[in-house]
Amino acid sequence: MNKAEILVIDDEVQMRRLLEITLQSNDFIVNEAATAKEGLIAAASHPPDLIILDLGLPDENGHSVLKKLREWFINPVIILSVQNSEEDIVNALDNGANDYLIKPFRTGELLARIRTALRNTTDKEGNSVLNFNDLEIDLTSRTVKKNNEILKFTSTEYALLSLFAQHEGKVLTHQYLLKQVWGPSYLNESQYLRVYIAQLRKKIEDNPNKPLHLITESGVGYRFVGKE
Amino acid sequence: MAIIILNKINRTRQYFLSFLFVCIIGGICFILSDFIGYRVVAFILLVTVSLIAMFFDILPVLFAALLSALIWDFFFIPPRYTFLVGSAEDTLMLLMYFIIAMLNAVLTNKIRRMEKIARQKEEKANTIKLYNVLFNSLSHELKTPIATIIGATDNLLTDSNKISEDNKYKLISEISIASVRLNEQVENLLNMSRLESGYIRPKLDWCDVNELVYSVVNRLENELKKHSLKVEINENLPLFKLDFGLMEQVLHNLIINAVNYTEPGATITISADCIRNLKGHFEVTANEIKSKRDATINTLILKISDNGIGIPEDEIEHVFDKFYRLKNSKTGGTGLGLSIVKGFVEAHNGTIILSNIEGGGILFTIKIPSETSSLNKQKNE
Repeated sequence: MNKAEILVIDDEVQMRRLLEITLQSNDFIVNEAATAKEGLIAAASHPPDLIILDLGLPDENGHSVLKKLREWFINPVIILSVQNSEEDIVNALDNGANDYLIKPFRTGELLARIRTALRNTTDKEGNSVLNFNDLEIDLTSRTVKKNNEILKFTSTEYALLSLFAQHEGKVLTHQYLLKQVWGPSYLNESQYLRVYIAQLRKKIEDNPNKPLHLITESGVGYRFVGKE
Repeated sequence: MAIIILNKINRTRQYFLSFLFVCIIGGICFILSDFIGYRVVAFILLVTVSLIAMFFDILPVLFAALLSALIWDFFFIPPRYTFLVGSAEDTLMLLMYFIIAMLNAVLTNKIRRMEKIARQKEEKANTIKLYNVLFNSLSHELKTPIATIIGATDNLLTDSNKISEDNKYKLISEISIASVRLNEQVENLLNMSRLESGYIRPKLDWCDVNELVYSVVNRLENELKKHSLKVEINENLPLFKLDFGLMEQVLHNLIINAVNYTEPGATITISADCIRNLKGHFEVTANEIKSKRDATINTLILKISDNGIGIPEDEIEHVFDKFYRLKNSKTGGTGLGLSIVKGFVEAHNGTIILSNIEGGGILFTIKIPSETSSLNKQKNE
């Protein structure tokens, strides 16, 4: 496989150096930009496989950079920011960011998120059978197996799980989940989501209190983790 | 104290009261004027003005001085009931009366102003003292990890060849621990300033308390390695409307607090329950009840306890104070954790109390009034 190219848009030179070392030593090709303007030009002249975007850029708000990128850029964008408010995170995800990491971050975590995001773009047209360690989801026959045993789900539970499975590794916001599974009139009915998440965990997790698949993203949403 | 209280009486009222006092005393003297000489009356009036001067602002006092002089002249100095003064001696007397009354007013006012300045100085000194305590603890807490990081990196950069691989690993681990600690302190400071600025507005949304507790517990796995943890959550707990992020921080700080103040091997217990409120018993969000009739307001009870050595009774009331640290506490910590906890709980209209457990250990009890939804129970049936 060719080395994936990553564009880092961050105004802090130290952060760029850290990312350069981390990414290069993990076999990525790294390009850098220090301002929003430079970043947009770099992305347009030579589209990367993935962009790491800081929200606090000197010349333009990161949210608006993200919006501009999303007008044409289809590859993953991961936000790396010190802004840790739920509003910022939800906003960025709604504007098309694939993931959001808060600084300070663990490099291991960043690499895992990058790999997940890249994997999702490569096997988009793939199987209808999705495999996640102990879980197997067949989207055609609508069956779910855990350790080769078939699990029973209600239709809502299945709708929720298959939505997660198709966006493996990506944070799905409360609003997005409610809209997709229950419909636009349920946007404020988050109690349904809480209840169904608890039920799904009871069925698919070994220990529902220590979930490995359905991860809570505080105040933002949930992330389905398939493979370690 | 009386001075401070009376200072707050407004101007118009001060004029009115001065007028009233002078007139009443004047009236009493007038009734008794057959028994006491008019010159004694002057002294009585002078005392009245002095008393007024002790409590009121300068202008009402000057007004009282002028008024009493006129009353004395008109009603008492012969010939009475005229502003005429009979003898040269009495003219001198009236003049002196007026001067003394005025001086009285001015001098008392001066004394009061100096008192006020002294008080402000004292307050300022106290604030400076508090800030010194704060800066000492803060600079210690922030600079210790920074010192570790700078020291370790210097070592690694300059004497790289002399250090064994094993020691290199140790130094790098120290840097890692120090930066995590630094991050925790900065997080606390940011939360504190969010609280102080009044920026905290809980974003209430339906919360599964079980999910909330385990979300925090799972993230603290490393910190909890040397302690045993018990989680006791009522299985029939309904959903509550809480700010998930703020409540995570509350639990996080309380668990870290328990870990820091107990010996390894101690047990930390987290329990959650719900108290059903009687209808009409709950006043704070009475309006909300009206607007959402199907919602019920109940109380979430969260308890976090440990089986450590407990806390001296006389320090219990201070533990939630900003920057307060227990007298016997080891270094580390800024004394912000628990005040943030209190701030976040109060942002939910809730309360938190700390008590000692019989037989050792402490117990934090959090009570938060909230709407509840029993959707989860219906689904489970």
